Amino acid sequence: MNPTNLKNRNLISISDYSKEEYLKILDLAEEFEKYPRQDTLKDYVIASLFFEPSTRTRLSFESAISQLSGQIVGFTDASSSSTQKGESLKDTIRTVCNYSDMIVMRHPLDGSSRYAGEIATVPLINAGDGSNQHPTQCMLDLYSIRKTQQSLDNLKIALVGDLKYGRTVHSLVEAMSNFNTEFHLVSPVELKLPSTVKRFIKNANLNYYQYTELEDVMDVADIVYMTRIQRERFSEPLEYEKVKNSYILTKDLLQGSKDNMRVLHPLPRVNEITEDVDDHPKAYYFQQALNGIYVRQALLTAILGLK
Amino acid sequence: MDNKKELKVSAIENGTVIDHIPKDKVLRVVRILGLDESEDLALFGINLDSKKFRKKGLIKVSNKFFKDEEINKIGLVAPNASLITIKDFKVVEKRQVEMPEEIGGYVKCINPKCVTNHQNVYPQFKVYVREGEGIRLKCHYCEKTTKQSEMEFVG
Ligand SMILES: [Zn+2]
Repeated sequence: MNPTNLKNRNLISISDYSKEEYLKILDLAEEFEKYPRQDTLKDYVIASLFFEPSTRTRLSFESAISQLSGQIVGFTDASSSSTQKGESLKDTIRTVCNYSDMIVMRHPLDGSSRYAGEIATVPLINAGDGSNQHPTQCMLDLYSIRKTQQSLDNLKIALVGDLKYGRTVHSLVEAMSNFNTEFHLVSPVELKLPSTVKRFIKNANLNYYQYTELEDVMDVADIVYMTRIQRERFSEPLEYEKVKNSYILTKDLLQGSKDNMRVLHPLPRVNEITEDVDDHPKAYYFQQALNGIYVRQALLTAILGLK
Repeated sequence: MDNKKELKVSAIENGTVIDHIPKDKVLRVVRILGLDESEDLALFGINLDSKKFRKKGLIKVSNKFFKDEEINKIGLVAPNASLITIKDFKVVEKRQVEMPEEIGGYVKCINPKCVTNHQNVYPQFKVYVREGEGIRLKCHYCEKTTKQSEMEFVG
Protein backbone atom coordinates (compact mmCIF):
# COMPACT_ATOMS: atom_id res chain seq x y z
CA MET A 1 0.00 0.00 0.00
CA ASN A 2 1.11 3.51 -0.79
CA PRO A 3 2.29 4.92 2.55
CA THR A 4 0.43 8.15 2.05
CA ASN A 5 -2.78 6.63 0.79
CA LEU A 6 -5.31 7.77 3.36
CA LYS A 7 -8.36 6.51 1.48
CA ASN A 8 -10.87 4.75 3.74
CA ARG A 9 -8.59 4.96 6.75
CA ASN A 10 -9.97 6.17 10.07
CA LEU A 11 -8.29 9.08 11.82
CA ILE A 12 -8.60 8.35 15.53
CA SER A 13 -5.27 9.29 17.02
CA ILE A 14 -2.40 11.45 15.80
CA SER A 15 -0.18 8.35 15.92
CA ASP A 16 -2.31 6.77 13.17
CA TYR A 17 -0.47 8.97 10.66
CA SER A 18 3.17 9.01 9.62
CA LYS A 19 5.26 12.13 9.11
CA GLU A 20 4.74 11.85 5.35
CA GLU A 21 1.00 11.65 5.87
CA TYR A 22 0.94 14.78 8.05
CA LEU A 23 2.80 16.60 5.30
CA LYS A 24 0.46 15.34 2.61
CA ILE A 25 -2.52 16.72 4.54
CA LEU A 26 -0.80 20.05 5.13
CA ASP A 27 -0.01 20.39 1.40
CA LEU A 28 -3.60 19.59 0.53
CA ALA A 29 -4.87 22.08 3.15
CA GLU A 30 -2.76 24.75 1.49
CA GLU A 31 -4.67 24.15 -1.75
CA PHE A 32 -7.97 24.47 0.08
CA GLU A 33 -6.84 27.71 1.65
CA LYS A 34 -6.47 29.08 -1.88
CA TYR A 35 -9.78 27.61 -3.07
CA PRO A 36 -11.95 26.71 -0.06
CA ARG A 37 -15.19 26.67 -2.08
CA GLN A 38 -15.40 23.74 -4.44
CA ASP A 39 -17.94 21.04 -5.19
CA THR A 40 -15.65 18.15 -4.27
CA LEU A 41 -18.14 16.66 -1.78
CA LYS A 42 -21.15 17.22 -4.02
CA ASP A 43 -22.61 13.74 -3.99
CA TYR A 44 -21.52 12.90 -0.45
CA VAL A 45 -23.34 12.71 2.86
CA ILE A 46 -21.26 13.19 6.00
CA ALA A 47 -22.63 12.20 9.41
CA SER A 48 -21.73 14.69 12.12
CA LEU A 49 -22.32 12.88 15.44
CA PHE A 50 -21.76 15.11 18.46
CA PHE A 51 -22.59 13.06 21.56
CA GLU A 52 -21.49 16.08 23.58
CA PRO A 53 -21.71 19.68 22.46
CA SER A 54 -18.61 21.33 21.05
CA THR A 55 -19.82 24.26 19.05
CA ARG A 56 -16.40 25.38 17.85
CA THR A 57 -15.28 22.02 16.45
CA ARG A 58 -18.70 21.20 15.03
CA LEU A 59 -19.06 24.50 13.20
CA SER A 60 -15.59 24.15 11.75
CA PHE A 61 -16.33 20.66 10.41
CA GLU A 62 -19.78 21.60 9.15
CA SER A 63 -18.50 24.74 7.47
CA ALA A 64 -15.66 22.72 5.88
CA ILE A 65 -18.22 20.25 4.51
CA SER A 66 -20.71 22.91 3.37
CA GLN A 67 -18.07 24.91 1.53
CA LEU A 68 -17.29 21.77 -0.48
CA SER A 69 -21.01 21.28 -1.24
CA GLY A 70 -21.37 18.18 0.93
CA GLN A 71 -24.54 17.20 2.80
CA ILE A 72 -24.57 16.88 6.61
CA VAL A 73 -26.77 14.60 8.72
CA GLY A 74 -26.46 14.05 12.45
CA PHE A 75 -27.03 15.58 15.85
CA THR A 76 -25.42 18.25 17.99
CA ASP A 77 -25.69 16.69 21.44
CA ALA A 78 -26.67 13.35 22.95
CA SER A 79 -30.12 14.53 24.04
CA SER A 80 -31.26 14.74 20.44
CA SER A 81 -29.92 11.29 19.53
CA SER A 82 -31.31 7.86 20.34
CA THR A 83 -28.52 7.44 22.93
CA GLN A 84 -30.95 9.24 25.20
CA LYS A 85 -33.26 6.23 24.84
CA GLY A 86 -30.45 3.88 25.86
CA GLU A 87 -29.19 2.84 22.44
CA SER A 88 -25.64 1.48 22.49
CA LEU A 89 -22.89 3.29 20.63
CA LYS A 90 -22.51 0.19 18.46
CA ASP A 91 -26.12 0.31 17.28
CA THR A 92 -26.01 4.06 16.62
CA ILE A 93 -22.87 3.69 14.51
CA ARG A 94 -24.26 0.74 12.55
CA THR A 95 -27.41 2.66 11.78
CA VAL A 96 -25.62 5.83 10.75
CA CYS A 97 -23.39 3.87 8.35
CA ASN A 98 -26.51 3.16 6.31
CA TYR A 99 -27.07 6.85 5.76
CA SER A 100 -23.63 8.33 5.21
CA ASP A 101 -20.31 8.07 3.41
CA MET A 102 -18.24 9.12 6.39
CA ILE A 103 -18.62 9.83 10.09
CA VAL A 104 -17.25 12.72 12.13
CA MET A 105 -17.68 11.87 15.81
CA ARG A 106 -17.30 13.67 19.13
CA HIS A 107 -18.00 11.63 22.27
CA PRO A 108 -17.37 12.16 26.01
CA LEU A 109 -15.86 8.69 26.63
CA ASP A 110 -12.13 8.05 26.17
CA GLY A 111 -11.54 5.46 23.46
CA SER A 112 -15.06 5.72 22.05
CA SER A 113 -13.78 6.77 18.62
CA ARG A 114 -11.39 3.84 18.29
CA TYR A 115 -14.28 1.54 19.17
CA ALA A 116 -16.74 3.26 16.82
CA GLY A 117 -14.14 3.13 14.05
CA GLU A 118 -13.89 -0.63 14.44
CA ILE A 119 -17.65 -1.03 14.04
CA ALA A 120 -18.18 1.50 11.25
CA THR A 121 -18.27 0.34 7.64
CA VAL A 122 -17.50 3.89 6.47
CA PRO A 123 -14.37 5.84 7.51
CA LEU A 124 -14.50 7.79 10.76
CA ILE A 125 -12.75 10.97 11.90
CA ASN A 126 -12.36 11.53 15.63
CA ALA A 127 -13.47 15.04 16.57
CA GLY A 128 -12.51 14.45 20.22
CA ASP A 129 -13.02 11.41 22.45
CA GLY A 130 -13.19 12.55 26.07
CA SER A 131 -9.77 13.62 27.30
CA ASN A 132 -7.99 11.24 24.92
CA GLN A 133 -7.42 12.47 21.36
CA HIS A 134 -8.41 15.33 19.09
CA PRO A 135 -6.27 14.74 16.00
CA THR A 136 -7.78 17.40 13.74
CA GLN A 137 -6.82 20.04 16.33
CA CYS A 138 -3.27 18.74 16.18
CA MET A 139 -3.27 18.84 12.37
CA LEU A 140 -4.41 22.46 12.35
CA ASP A 141 -1.72 23.30 14.91
CA LEU A 142 0.88 21.76 12.60
CA TYR A 143 -0.54 23.67 9.67
CA SER A 144 -0.41 26.94 11.60
CA ILE A 145 3.16 26.32 12.73
CA ARG A 146 4.34 25.52 9.22
CA LYS A 147 2.48 28.46 7.73
CA THR A 148 3.99 30.97 10.16
CA GLN A 149 7.51 29.50 10.15
CA GLN A 150 7.66 28.25 6.52
CA SER A 151 8.82 24.84 7.73
CA LEU A 152 8.21 22.42 10.59
CA ASP A 153 11.88 21.51 10.92
CA ASN A 154 14.31 22.62 13.64
CA LEU A 155 11.94 24.92 15.55
CA LYS A 156 11.97 25.97 19.20
CA ILE A 157 8.49 25.54 20.57
CA ALA A 158 7.36 26.82 23.98
CA LEU A 159 4.35 25.02 25.44
CA VAL A 160 2.77 26.99 28.25
CA GLY A 161 0.20 26.28 30.96
CA ASP A 162 -1.44 22.98 31.77
CA LEU A 163 0.95 20.47 30.24
CA LYS A 164 -0.28 17.60 32.39
CA TYR A 165 -3.90 17.28 31.28
CA GLY A 166 -3.92 19.18 27.99
CA ARG A 167 -4.45 16.63 25.24
CA THR A 168 -3.67 19.15 22.50
CA VAL A 169 -0.23 19.65 24.06
CA HIS A 170 0.40 15.90 24.27
CA SER A 171 -0.52 15.35 20.62
CA LEU A 172 1.55 18.32 19.52
CA VAL A 173 4.63 17.01 21.34
CA GLU A 174 4.12 13.61 19.75
CA ALA A 175 3.70 15.02 16.24
CA MET A 176 6.46 17.65 16.48
CA SER A 177 8.94 15.05 17.74
CA ASN A 178 9.18 14.05 14.06
CA PHE A 179 10.67 17.43 13.12
CA ASN A 180 13.79 17.92 15.24
CA THR A 181 11.99 20.29 17.58
CA GLU A 182 13.51 21.79 20.72
CA PHE A 183 10.80 21.87 23.41
CA HIS A 184 10.55 24.56 26.08
CA LEU A 185 8.02 23.47 28.67
CA VAL A 186 6.52 26.13 30.93
CA SER A 187 4.12 25.01 33.65
CA PRO A 188 3.43 25.02 37.36
CA VAL A 189 5.19 22.12 39.08
CA GLU A 190 1.81 20.42 39.59
CA LEU A 191 1.05 20.49 35.87
CA LYS A 192 4.31 19.32 34.29
CA LEU A 193 4.33 17.27 31.10
CA PRO A 194 3.80 13.57 32.01
CA SER A 195 6.73 11.21 31.56
CA THR A 196 4.71 9.11 29.09
CA VAL A 197 4.66 12.15 26.78
CA LYS A 198 8.28 13.12 27.44
CA ARG A 199 9.15 9.69 26.14
CA PHE A 200 8.25 10.82 22.59
CA ILE A 201 10.90 13.53 22.90
CA LYS A 202 13.50 11.16 24.32
CA ASN A 203 12.79 8.46 21.75
CA ALA A 204 13.49 10.99 19.00
CA ASN A 205 16.77 11.98 20.73
CA LEU A 206 15.55 15.55 21.17
CA ASN A 207 15.97 17.99 24.03
CA TYR A 208 13.47 19.65 26.31
CA TYR A 209 13.87 22.35 28.95
CA GLN A 210 11.48 22.95 31.82
CA TYR A 211 10.54 26.32 33.31
CA THR A 212 8.04 27.72 35.74
CA GLU A 213 8.14 31.31 34.42
CA LEU A 214 6.69 32.33 31.07
CA GLU A 215 9.08 35.27 30.64
CA ASP A 216 12.06 32.89 30.58
CA VAL A 217 11.10 31.51 27.17
CA MET A 218 9.83 34.61 25.41
CA ASP A 219 13.12 35.45 23.70
CA VAL A 220 14.03 31.90 22.56
CA ALA A 221 10.76 30.58 21.15
CA ASP A 222 9.66 30.50 17.51
CA ILE A 223 6.18 29.45 18.65
CA VAL A 224 4.57 30.18 22.00
CA TYR A 225 1.68 27.76 22.41
CA MET A 226 -0.57 28.93 25.24
CA THR A 227 -3.12 26.76 27.07
CA ARG A 228 -5.63 27.37 29.79
CA ILE A 229 -4.95 26.46 33.41
CA GLN A 230 -8.13 25.24 35.02
CA ARG A 231 -8.88 25.83 38.65
CA GLU A 232 -10.31 22.27 38.98
CA ARG A 233 -6.86 20.80 38.35
CA PHE A 234 -5.55 21.97 41.71
CA SER A 235 -6.30 20.13 44.93
CA GLU A 236 -5.36 23.27 46.88
CA PRO A 237 -7.23 26.45 45.79
CA LEU A 238 -4.33 28.44 47.20
CA GLU A 239 -1.91 26.79 44.79
CA TYR A 240 -4.07 27.91 41.90
CA GLU A 241 -4.20 31.47 43.18
CA LYS A 242 -0.40 31.45 43.44
CA VAL A 243 0.26 30.40 39.84
CA LYS A 244 -2.67 31.71 37.82
CA ASN A 245 -1.14 35.09 37.04
CA SER A 246 2.26 33.73 36.08
CA TYR A 247 0.87 32.21 32.90
CA ILE A 248 -0.81 35.21 31.36
CA LEU A 249 0.63 36.51 28.13
CA THR A 250 0.55 40.31 27.93
CA LYS A 251 1.64 42.75 25.25
CA ASP A 252 4.63 43.73 27.42
CA LEU A 253 5.92 40.17 27.41
CA LEU A 254 6.08 40.23 23.61
CA GLN A 255 8.88 42.80 23.70
CA GLY A 256 12.18 41.14 22.96
CA SER A 257 10.58 38.11 21.30
CA LYS A 258 11.92 36.95 17.95
CA ASP A 259 10.49 38.61 14.83
CA ASN A 260 9.23 35.30 13.49
CA MET A 261 7.64 34.32 16.80
CA ARG A 262 3.89 33.68 16.74
CA VAL A 263 1.45 33.05 19.58
CA LEU A 264 -0.89 30.06 19.21
CA HIS A 265 -3.76 28.91 21.42
CA PRO A 266 -6.26 26.06 20.81
CA LEU A 267 -9.14 28.32 22.08
CA PRO A 268 -11.38 29.03 23.87
CA ARG A 269 -9.23 31.51 25.70
CA VAL A 270 -10.25 32.68 29.15
CA ASN A 271 -7.72 35.15 30.52
CA GLU A 272 -4.35 33.57 29.69
CA ILE A 273 -3.79 36.00 26.82
CA THR A 274 -4.80 39.59 27.48
CA GLU A 275 -7.04 41.19 24.85
CA ASP A 276 -4.50 43.85 23.95
CA VAL A 277 -2.41 41.06 22.38
CA ASP A 278 -5.19 40.19 19.90
CA ASP A 279 -4.32 42.90 17.37
CA HIS A 280 -0.57 42.41 17.69
CA PRO A 281 1.05 41.05 14.48
CA LYS A 282 2.47 38.14 16.50
CA ALA A 283 -0.98 36.98 17.64
CA TYR A 284 -2.02 34.11 15.39
CA TYR A 285 -4.72 32.23 17.35
CA PHE A 286 -7.77 33.42 15.43
CA GLN A 287 -6.14 32.65 12.08
CA GLN A 288 -5.14 29.30 13.62
CA ALA A 289 -8.82 28.49 14.25
CA LEU A 290 -9.68 29.45 10.66
CA ASN A 291 -6.97 27.09 9.41
CA GLY A 292 -9.04 24.30 10.97
CA ILE A 293 -11.44 24.56 8.04
CA TYR A 294 -8.75 23.94 5.40
CA VAL A 295 -7.16 21.08 7.33
CA ARG A 296 -10.55 19.42 7.82
CA GLN A 297 -11.35 19.85 4.12
CA ALA A 298 -8.04 18.18 3.33
CA LEU A 299 -8.77 15.27 5.69
CA LEU A 300 -12.35 14.73 4.49
CA THR A 301 -11.38 14.64 0.82
CA ALA A 302 -8.22 12.56 1.30
CA ILE A 303 -10.03 9.95 3.38
CA LEU A 304 -12.87 9.77 0.86
CA GLY A 305 -10.23 9.21 -1.81
CA LEU A 306 -11.20 12.36 -3.71
CA LYS A 307 -7.78 14.05 -3.50
CA MET B 1 13.55 -35.48 38.96
CA ASP B 2 11.28 -33.54 41.30
CA ASN B 3 8.41 -33.66 38.87
CA LYS B 4 8.20 -37.42 38.99
CA LYS B 5 7.56 -37.39 42.70
CA GLU B 6 4.79 -34.87 42.29
CA LEU B 7 3.29 -36.60 39.35
CA LYS B 8 2.96 -39.84 41.23
CA VAL B 9 0.21 -38.29 43.34
CA SER B 10 -2.09 -38.12 40.37
CA ALA B 11 -0.09 -39.01 37.34
CA ILE B 12 -1.44 -38.26 33.90
CA GLU B 13 -0.65 -40.40 30.94
CA ASN B 14 -0.80 -37.67 28.33
CA GLY B 15 -1.32 -33.99 28.85
CA THR B 16 0.11 -30.85 30.38
CA VAL B 17 1.18 -29.79 33.83
CA ILE B 18 1.20 -26.04 34.50
CA ASP B 19 3.57 -25.56 37.41
CA HIS B 20 4.66 -22.65 39.59
CA ILE B 21 1.39 -20.75 39.52
CA PRO B 22 1.04 -18.30 42.43
CA LYS B 23 -1.30 -20.09 44.80
CA ASP B 24 -3.93 -17.37 44.75
CA LYS B 25 -4.03 -17.34 40.94
CA VAL B 26 -4.87 -20.98 40.24
CA LEU B 27 -8.59 -20.44 39.83
CA ARG B 28 -7.90 -17.37 37.70
CA VAL B 29 -5.68 -19.46 35.40
CA VAL B 30 -8.37 -22.13 35.18
CA ARG B 31 -10.81 -19.46 34.06
CA ILE B 32 -8.46 -17.69 31.62
CA LEU B 33 -7.68 -21.00 29.90
CA GLY B 34 -11.36 -21.92 29.89
CA LEU B 35 -10.69 -25.23 31.65
CA ASP B 36 -13.87 -24.80 33.67
CA GLU B 37 -15.88 -24.87 30.46
CA SER B 38 -14.01 -27.60 28.58
CA GLU B 39 -14.48 -31.36 28.48
CA ASP B 40 -10.86 -32.06 29.38
CA LEU B 41 -10.14 -33.70 32.70
CA ALA B 42 -8.29 -31.18 34.85
CA LEU B 43 -6.88 -31.41 38.37
CA PHE B 44 -5.52 -28.56 40.36
CA GLY B 45 -3.67 -28.15 43.60
CA ILE B 46 -2.83 -25.25 45.83
CA ASN B 47 -0.47 -24.86 48.77
CA LEU B 48 1.98 -27.32 47.33
CA ASP B 49 5.54 -26.96 48.59
CA SER B 50 7.92 -25.32 46.19
CA LYS B 51 11.61 -24.52 46.14
CA LYS B 52 11.10 -21.27 44.25
CA PHE B 53 8.04 -20.05 46.14
CA ARG B 54 6.92 -20.79 49.64
CA LYS B 55 3.67 -22.21 48.41
CA LYS B 56 2.59 -22.69 44.84
CA GLY B 57 -0.27 -23.85 42.73
CA LEU B 58 -0.34 -26.45 39.97
CA ILE B 59 -2.77 -27.58 37.31
CA LYS B 60 -2.78 -30.85 35.36
CA VAL B 61 -4.87 -31.27 32.24
CA SER B 62 -5.26 -34.63 30.52
CA ASN B 63 -4.93 -34.91 26.76
CA LYS B 64 -4.47 -31.20 26.31
CA PHE B 65 -1.42 -29.55 24.72
CA PHE B 66 -1.24 -25.75 24.62
CA LYS B 67 0.01 -23.58 21.81
CA ASP B 68 2.20 -20.64 22.85
CA GLU B 69 -0.45 -18.04 22.10
CA GLU B 70 -2.95 -19.98 24.21
CA ILE B 71 -0.76 -20.44 27.26
CA ASN B 72 0.86 -17.00 27.16
CA LYS B 73 -2.52 -15.52 28.00
CA ILE B 74 -1.76 -16.43 31.62
CA GLY B 75 1.58 -14.54 31.52
CA LEU B 76 0.09 -11.61 33.33
CA VAL B 77 -1.20 -13.56 36.34
CA ALA B 78 1.40 -16.33 36.44
CA PRO B 79 4.56 -14.91 34.86
CA ASN B 80 6.82 -17.59 36.37
CA ALA B 81 4.65 -20.53 35.42
CA SER B 82 6.24 -23.42 33.54
CA LEU B 83 4.60 -25.82 31.21
CA ILE B 84 5.43 -29.52 31.31
CA THR B 85 4.28 -31.71 28.46
CA ILE B 86 3.66 -35.35 29.41
CA LYS B 87 3.51 -38.27 26.96
CA ASP B 88 3.24 -41.87 28.15
CA PHE B 89 3.78 -40.71 31.76
CA LYS B 90 7.09 -39.13 30.75
CA VAL B 91 8.13 -35.48 30.67
CA VAL B 92 8.87 -34.77 27.03
CA GLU B 93 9.12 -30.97 27.15
CA LYS B 94 9.39 -28.20 29.70
CA ARG B 95 8.99 -24.54 28.80
CA GLN B 96 8.37 -21.19 30.47
CA VAL B 97 5.28 -19.11 30.01
CA GLU B 98 6.12 -15.88 28.19
CA MET B 99 4.62 -12.45 28.55
CA PRO B 100 2.32 -11.82 25.57
CA GLU B 101 2.64 -8.59 23.57
CA GLU B 102 -1.08 -8.05 23.70
CA ILE B 103 -3.74 -9.32 26.04
CA GLY B 104 -7.46 -8.92 26.24
CA GLY B 105 -10.57 -9.81 28.10
CA TYR B 106 -9.75 -10.37 31.71
CA VAL B 107 -8.23 -7.08 32.92
CA LYS B 108 -10.17 -3.90 33.59
CA CYS B 109 -8.89 -0.56 32.25
CA ILE B 110 -7.96 1.74 35.14
CA ASN B 111 -9.58 4.76 33.43
CA PRO B 112 -13.15 5.19 34.72
CA LYS B 113 -14.00 7.23 31.60
CA CYS B 114 -12.78 4.51 29.22
CA VAL B 115 -15.34 3.23 26.74
CA THR B 116 -14.58 -0.36 27.84
CA ASN B 117 -16.00 0.48 31.27
CA HIS B 118 -19.27 1.83 29.85
CA GLN B 119 -20.15 -0.06 26.69
CA ASN B 120 -20.04 -3.74 25.92
CA VAL B 121 -16.48 -3.64 24.55
CA TYR B 122 -13.87 -6.39 24.85
CA PRO B 123 -10.90 -4.74 26.61
CA GLN B 124 -7.55 -5.06 24.83
CA PHE B 125 -4.11 -3.91 25.92
CA LYS B 126 -0.53 -3.73 24.71
CA VAL B 127 1.84 -5.16 27.32
CA TYR B 128 4.99 -3.20 28.23
CA VAL B 129 7.65 -4.56 30.55
CA ARG B 130 10.24 -2.03 31.66
CA GLU B 131 13.15 -2.55 33.97
CA GLY B 132 12.19 -1.42 37.47
CA GLU B 133 8.66 -0.41 36.48
CA GLY B 134 7.02 -3.81 36.30
CA ILE B 135 4.34 -4.63 33.79
CA ARG B 136 2.23 -1.89 32.27
CA LEU B 137 -0.81 -2.23 30.07
CA LYS B 138 -1.71 0.40 27.49
CA CYS B 139 -5.39 0.38 26.64
CA HIS B 140 -6.08 -0.14 22.93
CA TYR B 141 -9.07 2.22 23.21
CA CYS B 142 -8.41 5.07 25.64
CA GLU B 143 -4.57 4.82 25.42
CA LYS B 144 -4.22 5.18 29.20
CA THR B 145 -1.74 3.04 31.12
CA THR B 146 -2.70 0.58 33.84
CA LYS B 147 0.16 -0.27 36.19
CA GLN B 148 0.74 -3.70 37.62
CA SER B 149 -0.31 -2.58 41.10
CA GLU B 150 -3.59 -1.22 39.69
CA MET B 151 -4.63 -4.28 37.72
CA GLU B 152 -8.06 -5.60 38.46
CA PHE B 153 -9.00 -8.95 36.97
CA VAL B 154 -12.51 -9.56 35.74
CA GLY B 155 -14.56 -12.35 34.12
ZN1 LIG C 1 -9.10 2.17 28.48
